[in-house]
Amino acid sequence: MLRSYSPSEYLFFTAAVFSGLLTAAVFGFLFFFGLPLLQSGQLADVLFSSWAPGKGLYGIYPMLLSSLTLATLSMLISFPISLGCSFIITALAPLRLRRVLLALIRVMTGIPTVVYSFAALFFLVPLMRNLIGHGSGMSILTAAPVLALVIAPTMILFFVNSFNKVSPRFTLAAEALGCSKIQKILYIILPQAWPGVINGILLGFGRAMGDTMVSLMLAGNSTAMPEAVTDSARTLTAHIALVLAFDFDSMEFKSIFVCGLSLYLLTALLMLLFRLSTAYFSQAR
Amino acid sequence: MRKTIESCITFFSWGALFLLLMALFTLIAYLIQKGADSIQLSLFFGDTTPLDALLLRRQVFDGLFPAIAGTFILIACSMLIAIPIGVAGGIYMAEYCKGKLKPLFNLTFDILAGIPSIVVGLAGLLLTILLNRHFPRQIAPCLLLSCLCLALLVLPYLIRTTQTALESIDPLIRKTAPALGASRSQNITLVLLPHSISDIISGIILATGRCAEDTAVIMLTGVVATAGFPRSLLGQYEALPFYIYYISSQYTGPEELANGFGAAIILLLLCIGLLGLALWIQRRFTTFLLFR
Repeated sequence: MLRSYSPSEYLFFTAAVFSGLLTAAVFGFLFFFGLPLLQSGQLADVLFSSWAPGKGLYGIYPMLLSSLTLATLSMLISFPISLGCSFIITALAPLRLRRVLLALIRVMTGIPTVVYSFAALFFLVPLMRNLIGHGSGMSILTAAPVLALVIAPTMILFFVNSFNKVSPRFTLAAEALGCSKIQKILYIILPQAWPGVINGILLGFGRAMGDTMVSLMLAGNSTAMPEAVTDSARTLTAHIALVLAFDFDSMEFKSIFVCGLSLYLLTALLMLLFRLSTAYFSQAR
Repeated sequence: MRKTIESCITFFSWGALFLLLMALFTLIAYLIQKGADSIQLSLFFGDTTPLDALLLRRQVFDGLFPAIAGTFILIACSMLIAIPIGVAGGIYMAEYCKGKLKPLFNLTFDILAGIPSIVVGLAGLLLTILLNRHFPRQIAPCLLLSCLCLALLVLPYLIRTTQTALESIDPLIRKTAPALGASRSQNITLVLLPHSISDIISGIILATGRCAEDTAVIMLTGVVATAGFPRSLLGQYEALPFYIYYISSQYTGPEELANGFGAAIILLLLCIGLLGLALWIQRRFTTFLLFR
């Protein structure tokens, strides 16, 4: 099809392509710097061995494990709470209260994670120290509830939004047949909107994996392999944040790129799944 | 049996809400209880008189003024870079992008939005190392680099909010001007953009809040604990979120700790203020795409 392009269209197109290229550029940077490590065949060593610079071991496996454990644990706390809150905001509460709660949850998305972590560092950590009975009180178990608090608004807003998209034809029909509010949610809205719930979990998990400040300030940053959730641990993001402590030519520094690449690829994969499931479920309907 | 499960779930939902709000208010109440006393003029300006500090006649050493100034300059510069690109990209996505290119761009911007902020900061750090190989000792992590990285961080939010704002315009409004003979760009500039301007602006303010709170990016790209008022874009600087993090690990006494609590309250107020402004502009509490 022949079309004449206006100059403004070129301008807008350039902006979009530029932003797209930046996404690739970030990956390019990480890949370019990680290349020597990949070429020398040390990738498996770096990914799956433990971190012991004294013995020449620079593996990020403990960090990978801590990141996944922390993200999973905080999801386990956050998901039921978020689902419950989204039930309340969608239907259970009176209309006026729903509006207030929704506004409050939106304001919660704006609270800086560093502020949460700072308050939790002086409030929660001493409590956990007494509870666990050993160590500094900084552990995966300390960081998980705070991280759950950080990702809850993201998930609640997503759940509420997908619940609200359920056609009023169904909900009105159900109400006309005399079903209660909780019945409306459980038997009409949830079966219709469950793809939204899965997508919300994907988004929340991505955010939990990507958060730096909570794990950096509350999880303790020990490089040892965490054996229990009450152990101090260092996540991938916190490991990158501590990069400036290293020499730029050292092996420690090179392991950072593998951390960065794993995080990039992991979040990209989550986003791909998110897009695919959105496309799949919207087609299926 | 069914009835029991239903009432259990209802009860559990209210419990979940109560737990979430309890956690939120406990942390915030703790913060205010610890930091409220430290919020005085001396928290901002230390021993320097406010007028001297504001006119940059004297450096402030033991106050938050340089950190607050750094944060504001950081926000202003990053938004200056990000807004034109983000809004233009959003207009392209909503109005011009067709066919197979659209899912590709959508996925790209999703990935960009999903990249953890620390990885964006790492990419910025790598950029300086790369440039250093070609221009030895001229490039170091600096305010400009942080602004570029923060702009990259908020770019997908701006693109998305602009795109969503334009795409949700009623087709009736969208088609009227072209039917009367307006060109496509006239339609965009004279009808569509003015119609969705409140949504776009509230998106911009949300992105501003994100710039203000982000700590991970600036940690790797030039923020330091003491630098004074930022003199140049190529120098190091202080920022509020990093000050809070720094205090949490390096405080030497109860006085500094109280300052940290004060700084946390100020950052909290700044971010909540920006968010409240965005909500007020938007006027209605519809949820956004990209629920961060």
